[in-house]
Amino acid sequence: MYGFEALTFNIHGGYLEAIVRGHRSGLLTAADYNNLCQCETLDDIKMHLTATEYGPYLQNEPSPLHTTTIVEKCTLKLVDEYKHMLCQATEPLSTFLEYCTYGHMIDNVVLIVTGTLHERDVQELLEKCHPLGMFDSIATLAVAQNMRELYRLVLVDTPLAPYFSECITSEDLDDMNIEIMRNTLYKAYLEDFYRFCQKLGGATAEIMSDLLAFEADRRAVNITINSIGTELTRDDRRKLYSNFGLLYPYGHEELAVCEDLDQVRGVMEKYPPYQSIFSRLSYGESQLLDKAFYEEEVKRLCLSFEQQFHYAVFFAYMRLREQEIRNLMWISECVAQNQKSRVHDSVVFIF
Amino acid sequence: MVEQRCWPKMDLLRSESMQLVQLIIPLESAHRAISYLGDLGLFQFKDLNAEKSPFQRTYAAQIKRCAEMARKLRFFKEHMTKTGMLPSTRSAITNDIDLDNLEVKLGELEAELIEINSNNEKLEHSYNELVEYKLVLQKAGELFYSAQRSAAVQQRELQVDNHGEGSIDSPLLLEQEMITDPSKQIKLGFVSGLVSREKSMVFERILFRATRGNVFLKQSVVENSVVDPVSGEKVEKNVFVVFYSGERAKNKILKICEAFGANRYPFAEDLSKQYQMMTEVSARLIELKTTIDVGLAHQSNLLQTIGFQFEQWNLLVKKEKYIYHTLNMLSIDVTKKCLVAEGWCPAFATDQIQNALRRATIDSSSQIGAIFQVLQTKESPPTYFCTNKFTSAFQEIVDAYGIAKYQEANPSVYTIITFPFLFAVMFGDWGHGICLLLVTLYLIIREKKLSSKKLGDIMEMTFSGRYVIMMMAIFSIYTGLIYNEFFSVPFELFGPSAYACRDQSCRDASTAGLIKVRDTYPFGVDPKWHGTRSELPFLNSLKMKMSILLGVAQMNLGIMMSYFNAKFFGDKLNIWYQFVPQMIFLNSLFGYLSLLIIVKWCTGSQADLYHVMIYMFLSPTDDLGDNQLFLGQKFLQLLLLLSALVAVPWMLFPKPFLLKKQHEERHQGQSYALVDRTDDPLEIEPHYDSHKHEEFEFSEVFVHQLIHTIEFVLGAVSNTASYLRLWALSLAHSELSSVFYDKVLLLAWGFNNTIILIIGIIVFVCATVGVLLVMETLSAFLHALRLHWVEFQNKFYEGDGYKFHPFSFALLGNEDE
Repeated sequence: MYGFEALTFNIHGGYLEAIVRGHRSGLLTAADYNNLCQCETLDDIKMHLTATEYGPYLQNEPSPLHTTTIVEKCTLKLVDEYKHMLCQATEPLSTFLEYCTYGHMIDNVVLIVTGTLHERDVQELLEKCHPLGMFDSIATLAVAQNMRELYRLVLVDTPLAPYFSECITSEDLDDMNIEIMRNTLYKAYLEDFYRFCQKLGGATAEIMSDLLAFEADRRAVNITINSIGTELTRDDRRKLYSNFGLLYPYGHEELAVCEDLDQVRGVMEKYPPYQSIFSRLSYGESQLLDKAFYEEEVKRLCLSFEQQFHYAVFFAYMRLREQEIRNLMWISECVAQNQKSRVHDSVVFIF
Repeated sequence: MVEQRCWPKMDLLRSESMQLVQLIIPLESAHRAISYLGDLGLFQFKDLNAEKSPFQRTYAAQIKRCAEMARKLRFFKEHMTKTGMLPSTRSAITNDIDLDNLEVKLGELEAELIEINSNNEKLEHSYNELVEYKLVLQKAGELFYSAQRSAAVQQRELQVDNHGEGSIDSPLLLEQEMITDPSKQIKLGFVSGLVSREKSMVFERILFRATRGNVFLKQSVVENSVVDPVSGEKVEKNVFVVFYSGERAKNKILKICEAFGANRYPFAEDLSKQYQMMTEVSARLIELKTTIDVGLAHQSNLLQTIGFQFEQWNLLVKKEKYIYHTLNMLSIDVTKKCLVAEGWCPAFATDQIQNALRRATIDSSSQIGAIFQVLQTKESPPTYFCTNKFTSAFQEIVDAYGIAKYQEANPSVYTIITFPFLFAVMFGDWGHGICLLLVTLYLIIREKKLSSKKLGDIMEMTFSGRYVIMMMAIFSIYTGLIYNEFFSVPFELFGPSAYACRDQSCRDASTAGLIKVRDTYPFGVDPKWHGTRSELPFLNSLKMKMSILLGVAQMNLGIMMSYFNAKFFGDKLNIWYQFVPQMIFLNSLFGYLSLLIIVKWCTGSQADLYHVMIYMFLSPTDDLGDNQLFLGQKFLQLLLLLSALVAVPWMLFPKPFLLKKQHEERHQGQSYALVDRTDDPLEIEPHYDSHKHEEFEFSEVFVHQLIHTIEFVLGAVSNTASYLRLWALSLAHSELSSVFYDKVLLLAWGFNNTIILIIGIIVFVCATVGVLLVMETLSAFLHALRLHWVEFQNKFYEGDGYKFHPFSFALLGNEDE
């Protein structure tokens, strides 16, 4: 499994690995979160964040702040860092970094298509898109009337095109179809990313396959839970699961026939890594599942920094930063809406 | 500024005695007191609220206000730089404005500026839109005109063809349409506008795909870049006209245009209407232009008034923020009437601080005065040296290695002389020395001007080290005179050479045959040595021995310093079991070598010193034979060897055992003391702390001592060898300069050609400045630095203190930006 990465990795990847590790040490710590959770107003949050790496991005914001501004600026920092790394990267790292953003691209496509379906303003939708998942002609998505048009008009130029080939149906776009499209795309994307990492080999393949398998399993569980009680057939549901991961293939067979949450739990508890997640939930409770999954993910992402000479740190860093931004958003929302008792509900400490 | 505050005594050897002080300041005079202390700059506040997060502290709100004001100031600055205006450096300190007024004023100014900006932006927006519209009118007009003309021509041709051949030929689709059914032509709608050039290809492609090719797109390049009305940036754009048919296509095209940020403008087909639009647009453009100019003038007026006081405000806000940060470090009394500060200050500043506090009390007309109270502490105080502009650079050299322990002997006292001297040993050339001196003299003369200016990175470094460089230059002139080197040209400065030719046969100076005709050359190296075959062996032997003498002297000085330290801190163990054996060990080996060197120089003996030193160890009892320099040498050698051998275990064993004994004695005493205190629960805890602090691990101490001993014994050899770098670098320097002189300047001279000579001189000057004056200076500097940090300071310097960081406004101006 291991090649001789240590010998040659630093020729191309050393500089960027150093950079990404430097960025990682700028992530907020538990002490920071403790301080943030005690904030009374958004200005307090801003004051605290200006003492961290977010400083330059927030210090010039005029004082009546909004949650969106904070999140926007924090995301901007991530995007700037990402762009810097992408500029410096050589093959195959640059491709790897691009792969990391396809997920956002899929989300953005879905966002715009759903938005236009409900006749929202395109400009407004564009502002909501994640900046990492932007591509040139994204605004044109609004023109498309059905899947085929969507593909032919816009997506054929994007990296998502190959994933789309599986779900071109001439069906009209409605909420259900869009959701299916999202999951089909995601499945194809994850499988492609997985194959790409396997091709890279070495520690990258090993660690990324673990991270991606977790992602795939999580999606499988989420799809199952969300599709309970909808008109999605078992076969269709089965088709949305990615063809790798810990649950593949037997777990998928079992998940496909689940009818309620407790059955899902029964299936998942057979797998030791997920047992601990589900055993913490009381029966019939699904709100905390997301947080439990996020916590597990963060743990795995942090672990990937323990090894050197592989690309998974880039993926892990971006995921961790996104988690951090989610945390900040939650905290700011809680502070802004005076719901401070709920601050801890959804914050996932990274360190 | 720093030196004015110090007492006249120039005590650089020991750092200032510091005291931990508690200030109790009434709330109403706190702000003023802190500000006066900041002006004084001799008090280092301790953070008494370390466990509180920044926004939980007392003055968080004020800090937030300051941050907000700083943001506004940055906003002004941004606008000033955008309009190319610099804040005037002469800050008008006319009216003393206080923080609240400033806040209001800044708020007003910001609101005004924002309003002006938004107005301007609106105007600019419509102006840019009109510019684009005009472009569309022009370009699209051209497109239509040329299309119509060619269409007309083709139509005529086709009509002629139709007449001739009947409609057998199938013409192109569009043309056919035009001919067969001219009424359809009118139904073709079109959209015109501008799209940015880099997107134009994708735009065309998407349009094609979306309408399945049922559009006709015509683009025309706009030569100059256009300011986009939405983003306000300069973009290169194309004018496009899209022809379509049908309502659905129109919707799609409109959506696509929107998605691509393509601005659409209405365009009339009618020529007269076009002209009318054109004149209208032009008229409005001129109108808008004047309005925008007025707006800009207004804005720059406003900015100018801001610019006058910008620096003053900026400083004030920074100061306030700094004061509130400091106030936040103070703990608030339970009664909420006063603030308690703790911190370090030098003992000599007691009066000044009390004065400042008194002034603050009076100025804020407070009822109660502040209380100044010295605390007893076991904590090690910060290290503070009163330096002036001359000594500070040398102190920096030492500090870069490690901040001295509190009141530890400060090596920078000696560094002031030894550093430039060791540098000069490696850089001995009085020509180069004069060049260096001239450069630093320039820096020193223009000191006042340069210190206020922003210099480059390297220049900054040179400037801050100007006095070090000056000393280095003076010393290298001195050693250059000793070496008799001036750009590697020998000079008979101190009288004629002592040597001359025996007869006519030795015209060539590099051959042997010189005899001594006069007294020895009075100062430095005889110029006749230069260029002879025996020059190198002679100079090498001289410089090598000199390096060893210098090295042994400096190392002895280092060990002596350890004695002074031990004496100062009252540490008898270190004197008897570290200083004495170290002295014996070093001097019995290398001190003896130095003695031999001096004896050899004085007597002119032919003895081989290597042989003496090596056989002193290998077979100390053997007869010295030819190598005997003085009577009783063999006996002395035996004695020295024995004492060196004894010194090693002397260094190693006694100290850890004695430490152990001491610890046990103290421990016993403590266990008795504990019984007395059991009834006083408050006393137990600090007592317990001190007990824990002094935990004694014998093996650790012993290993530590072992390491020290080995380090010293091996170090005595390797450090002495390390001083040979003095010889090596000075050799390299003189050889390099002679190469540049002989192989460049003299070679060019030999051609008897002005051009070659000029080129030769240019090359010589560049090489001298680049290699000898810059690079050699750097390398000699680094080597001198190493000799001080490693060979000198490891003999005595602990360097584990921390620096005194007073709360001072004087440092505020130097901070970033």
